[in-house]
Amino acid sequence: MNPAVEISQTKELDLPPELEVVNMTKQFGQLIALDQVSLTLKPGTFHALLGENGAGKSTLVKCVMGFYQPTSGEVRFNQQVQTIASPRDAQRHGIGMVYQHFTSVPAMTVAENLVLCRYESAALIDWKAEYEVLNAFMETAPFKLPLSAIVAQLAAGEKQKLEILKQLYLKSKILILDEPTSVLTPGEADEVLGLIRQEVVAGHLSVLLISHKFREVTAFVDEITVLRKGKFAGSGSVKDLTIADMAEMMMGEKRDPQKVEKTVHPDPTPVLQIQEIHANKDNGLEAISGVNLTVNSGEIVGIAGISGNGQRELVEVLAGQRIATAGQVLVNGEVYRASRREMFKHRVFVLPEEPLKNACVPQMSVAENLALRTFDRSPQAKGWMLLFKPIREAAQRLIKIFKIKTPSPETPVSNLSGGNVQRTVLARELSSDHINLLIAANPCFGLDFAAVDYIHSEILETRNRGVAVLLVSEDLDELLKLSDRILVISEGKFAYESPIATADFAAIGRSMAGH
Amino acid sequence: MLTSAHWRKTLEAVSIPIAALIFSLFLFGLFCAAAGANPFAVYGAIYKAAFGSWFAFQNTLIRAAPLMLTSLCTALPARLGLVIIGNEGALVMGGIAAIAAGLSVAGSAPALVVQIVMAIAGILAGGVWIGIVGALRHYRAVNETISSLLMNYIAIAILNHLVGGPMRDPTSLNKPSSFPIPDADKLGNIPFTRVHYGLLYGIVVCIIAYYLIQRTTFGFAARTAGGNVKAARIAGLPVGKLTIAICFLAGSAAGLAGMVEVAAVHGRANESLNANYGYAGILVAFIARHNPIAASVVAILLGGILASGSILQRQLGLPDATVYVFQGLVFLVVLYSESLYGRFAIFKEPEAPSLPPPSATLAV
Repeated sequence: MNPAVEISQTKELDLPPELEVVNMTKQFGQLIALDQVSLTLKPGTFHALLGENGAGKSTLVKCVMGFYQPTSGEVRFNQQVQTIASPRDAQRHGIGMVYQHFTSVPAMTVAENLVLCRYESAALIDWKAEYEVLNAFMETAPFKLPLSAIVAQLAAGEKQKLEILKQLYLKSKILILDEPTSVLTPGEADEVLGLIRQEVVAGHLSVLLISHKFREVTAFVDEITVLRKGKFAGSGSVKDLTIADMAEMMMGEKRDPQKVEKTVHPDPTPVLQIQEIHANKDNGLEAISGVNLTVNSGEIVGIAGISGNGQRELVEVLAGQRIATAGQVLVNGEVYRASRREMFKHRVFVLPEEPLKNACVPQMSVAENLALRTFDRSPQAKGWMLLFKPIREAAQRLIKIFKIKTPSPETPVSNLSGGNVQRTVLARELSSDHINLLIAANPCFGLDFAAVDYIHSEILETRNRGVAVLLVSEDLDELLKLSDRILVISEGKFAYESPIATADFAAIGRSMAGH
Repeated sequence: MLTSAHWRKTLEAVSIPIAALIFSLFLFGLFCAAAGANPFAVYGAIYKAAFGSWFAFQNTLIRAAPLMLTSLCTALPARLGLVIIGNEGALVMGGIAAIAAGLSVAGSAPALVVQIVMAIAGILAGGVWIGIVGALRHYRAVNETISSLLMNYIAIAILNHLVGGPMRDPTSLNKPSSFPIPDADKLGNIPFTRVHYGLLYGIVVCIIAYYLIQRTTFGFAARTAGGNVKAARIAGLPVGKLTIAICFLAGSAAGLAGMVEVAAVHGRANESLNANYGYAGILVAFIARHNPIAASVVAILLGGILASGSILQRQLGLPDATVYVFQGLVFLVVLYSESLYGRFAIFKEPEAPSLPPPSATLAV
């Protein structure tokens, strides 16, 4: 059997199968991640799955790919019900997935990576025969890559092409692309999606694209399905829908900001000034490209945005975890580089996201973690010596006030539950009675209703004391409830700014989606 | 307060290394049997040579002194998450600096002053040597394990160059050496023993190191940065300065070991300085789980094993390198045993009875 011949034959012969997801539900313990969602991917169409963070998009495709077993509901191929027990099963049905991050081996060549990705490889590889097959495959492929090139030397766009080529090489007929363009420049993204679009139009492929970006959806996609909070929120043909329609499906009905007690501050002074800050992602691509922002005393400034648009990097710069490549930050009019001395002088506190990863030392005790900001000054230290009694007493006090559930102050903080780790950080950052600037990033992520309410009231109370608060969140309701002013960050820039009273909900949605 | 969580953890930290040592003794026994010796005779000989008599035990202590100091060169940076194995190089550099400083003031100053000057020189030289490793790590992201290992070879080459050339005493014929320091300036023995004061240096420095890490703000900052760099940065701690400072301190402990060897044992610098105390110090640090107090105890144990090398040769006809086989086995087994922490139910805190979630009472 000659695989090359087979590839070209199957390409000519049949359309991809129709994929139907019917009433799929996936429950993780108490949490319903996916609730009775249905979706139809017609043969030879480019279909987009839209939704905010946590809407259930990834859960849905992971069920289709066999990573998860759905609690109920079924997957049908050409009206035939099939069980997909593993990703290998999915491949057998011709479904392949391309992930956000590259899965090729950087030190190996394109040819080696292609051969490697087959599930059933022989123990011995006949490279001469393989190269013949691969060359024939490249002839018919929508994009060409040099087979002998080392993957590490390819540009990001080419690496993403290789990921897609792998799926074509495996003869996948249905391609699931999970935000494939998040690591690409807009030019590279358009090229890759354009070439895939050609394959779809030619009837070789069906594509299910997970995306946040309306620009890509309107340019390349035929149909959309929208999820919101784990539920089906709408679907339709792109040509019949406006961007405003799609934004409304994603965000839901316009919600009036919840009323909260806010005191007005007569003479606000600028506390935090961000001037032309640029910063890179971990992979060296630019994440923030020149943002300017002022936060005044007694004001909560909210930053909305879909994750991955630079907000994490911005918070890291302000928290001292990342070095800005250009620009400067002023606090109280003085240059701020997030040194310990400056933090103490200007009374800057941070509630970062993922507190165990970002703000705690897992193997150190609760008491030690609570003392992270104060251990080197009186009363917890005398000169160089740590004084354990005041550290312990302060910890006991905070454990009581903030109701941290821990066996003892000496328990390693990693033994605590997520909510209690969060409380530990909250206790450390909010207990000081002279906060001047608070930077909070997704402070309520993963917490239950009562805890969220509690954190919101703490943040508001802080603001009413005259503290300047920068609140970065992926939860729009939270921002609408707490903020005095709201901004939207998209692709490393502020795309929208408005006082909360006059904020236009639809415009926020469009700016978030990069339009 | 000694809670149940604490004693279980301590018990685990003590039991696992001891079990590892016993298992490596067993493996070593197999090796000896394969080499044609009776394993139990070997164990007996090691015990006798190391701890069997006051005379033997003093020998052990003399060897333990530099081990205590060199072990800190690995143990201190480990608290910051760094794996440094440049102990031998720092010891050698400390020894060279100590002899150079000692020779320049000997004769014109009282013995105590000469010794203090030598100690300071050794501390500075060793500290700067490993401090360079820390700086390379922080500013250029050079892997500290590799750079510190390679710097050992540089240090040994510098030693050979200096004692064979610029610092050579022309009377040292078959073993090129520096000029000796006068006997009057050498580090003396602790009264009523043959053990030199270096042992006291070792014990005192280990205690200081323990306090530095556990009881000072510096140690707290270092442990924070070692446990989670992101948390350290959010607290504004100067991670780079901490890295270089702790590397300096680590190197200075090993440098002091070099000074002790020169000032108390050899009286001069020559190739005897590089007698593997640095490498054995890495082993001590790992067995002691980077706890300086435990390191001083482990150093005595390992000093005993090292002291037994010549006995094995004389009594059982085994090559004296046999003890290095044992040392290597101990190292492998101890490194393996690191993977056993948290695996045994007996060391785990029993599950606390679950209380209602506090969030219910938290709503404001």
